[in-house]
Amino acid sequence: MAKVISRREIAPQTVLLELEAPRIAFKRRPGQFVILKQDERGERIPLTIAKSDATKGTITVIFQMVGAGTRGLGTVPVGGEILDTVGPLGRPTDIQHVGTVVSVGGGIGTAVAYPIASAMKAAGNKVIGIVGARTRELVILEEEMRSVSDELLITTDDGSYARKGFVTDVLREVIARGEKIDEVLAIGPVPMMRAVCAVTREAGIKTVVSLNPIMIDGTGMCGGCRVEIGGQTKFACVDGPEFDGHQVNWDVLDLRLSAYKDHEHDACRLYSTENH
Amino acid sequence: MTLVMPPHSLLPAATVCPTPTSTPVSKAARPPRQKMPEQPVAERILNFDEVPYGYSPELAELEASRCLQCKKPACVDGCPVSVDIPGFIKNVAARDYLSAARLVKSTNSLPAVCGRVCPQEEQCESLCVLAKKGESVAIGRLERFVSDYEREHGLGELPPTAPPSGFKVAVVGSGPAGLTCAGELVKLGHEVTVYEALHKAGGVLVYGIPEFRLPKSIVGTEVDYLERLGVRIQLNSPIGKSETVDELLESGFDAVFIGTGAGLPYFMGVPGENFIGVYSANEYLTRANLMKAYLFPEYGTPIIRGQNVAIIGGGNVAMDAARTALRLGAKHSIIVYRRSREEMPARTEEIHHAEEEGIEFQLLSAPVRILGDKSGRVKGLECLRMELGEPDASGRRRPVPVIGSEYVIDVDTVVVSVGNGPNPLIPQTTPGLITSKHGNITANEDTGSTSKPDVFAGGDIVTGAATVILAMGAGRRAAAAIDNHLKVNKQCAPSCSVAEIDQVVE
Ligand SMILES: Cc1cc2nc3c(=O)[nH]c(=O)nc-3n(C[C@H](O)[C@H](O)[C@H](O)COP(=O)(O)OP(=O)(O)OC[C@H]3O[C@@H](n4cnc5c(N)ncnc54)[C@H](O)[C@@H]3O)c2cc1C
Ligand code: FES
Repeated sequence: MAKVISRREIAPQTVLLELEAPRIAFKRRPGQFVILKQDERGERIPLTIAKSDATKGTITVIFQMVGAGTRGLGTVPVGGEILDTVGPLGRPTDIQHVGTVVSVGGGIGTAVAYPIASAMKAAGNKVIGIVGARTRELVILEEEMRSVSDELLITTDDGSYARKGFVTDVLREVIARGEKIDEVLAIGPVPMMRAVCAVTREAGIKTVVSLNPIMIDGTGMCGGCRVEIGGQTKFACVDGPEFDGHQVNWDVLDLRLSAYKDHEHDACRLYSTENH
Repeated sequence: MTLVMPPHSLLPAATVCPTPTSTPVSKAARPPRQKMPEQPVAERILNFDEVPYGYSPELAELEASRCLQCKKPACVDGCPVSVDIPGFIKNVAARDYLSAARLVKSTNSLPAVCGRVCPQEEQCESLCVLAKKGESVAIGRLERFVSDYEREHGLGELPPTAPPSGFKVAVVGSGPAGLTCAGELVKLGHEVTVYEALHKAGGVLVYGIPEFRLPKSIVGTEVDYLERLGVRIQLNSPIGKSETVDELLESGFDAVFIGTGAGLPYFMGVPGENFIGVYSANEYLTRANLMKAYLFPEYGTPIIRGQNVAIIGGGNVAMDAARTALRLGAKHSIIVYRRSREEMPARTEEIHHAEEEGIEFQLLSAPVRILGDKSGRVKGLECLRMELGEPDASGRRRPVPVIGSEYVIDVDTVVVSVGNGPNPLIPQTTPGLITSKHGNITANEDTGSTSKPDVFAGGDIVTGAATVILAMGAGRRAAAAIDNHLKVNKQCAPSCSVAEIDQVVE
């Protein structure tokens, strides 16, 4: 049982939950995730740990209420409980002093990028943060990202906030201005990560991505999370979730993420009839 | 407590219900081996309820009367945990079901499970004297009967436990190996905590073996029983991630038993394995059993309900997946196996049930490629016909491909059930723990001791995927060895008094 300590809607349909999970808070390192199962009937939902507080014994997760499972989680009130919380899972990010790191977060991906950018900064790197969103109100963690970035650049697809355009436009400019970039970290929707990797491959910059395939156990037991990296099958939950972005077969990831599209429909319908 | 098996009198009228063949027991006319009543095929393929209902007392008594009560019972030699088989069967014949149940339980801590899933035909029943003349005594069915009787009548009682020893043991993994080890250790007075990665205890018994073969409430009862004995169960704890083995030892555990099973699914490495609709058997069964995807969307986890499902492999796991596919609505559920029927490793009863239910068998057939449609969903399985050649290292005749014999089976779902390896989570995070080249933990067969001091291991993580009863046997032997190790080599914690130590050492 993990008690919800605080809950905030940080953007439309985007919820931040702070959970009481002392063992995980103590152990967790940047890049790792937890799996939450709301109740007896719930799905197991993997979520990156955005923040943790070892003294307080809490972890923070941020997610978008897209499917029935996340919608359920998003409605657990402060003081309410989540039946199962397991973690920290996955390999932690390889945090090193490499020089200059560009952290690109798209949409909800910024929640995953933030803890890594923060650790990269703490390790002495120069951090250039790029935060992208579809529209103004979907820009999340701006202040947090600013606090760990030497320079923060924001884009919105529709130009409703900061500059109009895609994260790749900004990234190209940073490269073009002659900034010596040692590593790019790209986390967001598949098309965004794929596009960032295309840019950095051309520029010959090492790029790390964090993948979010469908998972069940998160311990290597089911193989449902398999991804193709450099032509080889890997289990994202134990071999990842971070991989060399230039080795990822994006088509396979995109395909496998769509496996239950039709089911999601049914589940959401049930969810809305039960909750209205 | 929930009744798992309907009382005999309440069986639906349509139930195939063999009436006891009650010929007087004489040398001339021994009654035939009694069948268990079971759900009729047409009904059961539409639900996930258990297939056999189990014996009625009358059937059990009749079956028990077939036992010859051999002076030197060969059957016991075939039992990995040496259940006193003639002893408990004698109790059944005398209608003393409770004594029978307790006798079984004195050496087998999970009899309701073993009675359902042990490969008896290769173990006790294969050595029964009657087997040579025809049909062995149905030992497994009797074992199931007595333990169900005890459970359903609420007669399970807690065995005496030794006074607290002051020692603490961590058990990693709650499959049959871990549960058995924990049960034995707690009875010996040690403080036991079981760490389980998943959100439910039971290992393969809860995530792998389907409800229709092993009702989850039975596993639940066994786990409750251990908790009542004093075992603490810490769920959601993937050791190696949440805590390491070394951290457990540093935090005050005097010994650690590792029973993490063989939970890493192998794939075939053929093209097309990442299409939508290709599952490992572990994923397929976990979705269906542990996550109850057959009740989607009331339960949150979905599963693809294929119309034509191919299951690759010939073991119990493959049979379970094939029969699950049928219950999820498949029109054709097809086992694809590269050897012939004789080599299939599944229990005879499972193959029999699968055949009855209309599972199709494509034997001597090896997949070479999975075909997908434009949107990346499975649309076919390309196979190659095989023929049997010379025996290989396992003694089974090696399948060799027939050149140019490729053919395609039209399927929309493929379940890969070609075996599991050991999960590397613990070996990778436990310095000093030696593993084989396949990644299994190297452990002494009699004691479970490993290369690392105070660390023991047993079950599938040591042997590779095997059976419930072998895992239990290993858990039991390790518990005895751990008990001995603690008493001989360890200082008792200050909390435990001298009187208690004396008692324990006696
Ligand atoms: C579908 C299926 C059907 C089968 N049918 C039969 C049958 O009919 N008869 C038979 O005799 N055998 C059968 N078997 C085999 C049998 O189930 C296994 O041999 C047996 O369960 C092994 O027991 P175990 O305790 O070693 O491991 P498991 O039962 O695999 O249990 C291991 C447990 O450890 C947990 N774990 C793993 N890693 C960690 C970690 N790092 N930290 C904490 N916990 C961890 C796992 O989640 C799991 O719960 C079947 C297996 C399957 C998959
Ligand atoms: S989620 Fe099951 S193996 Fe990764």
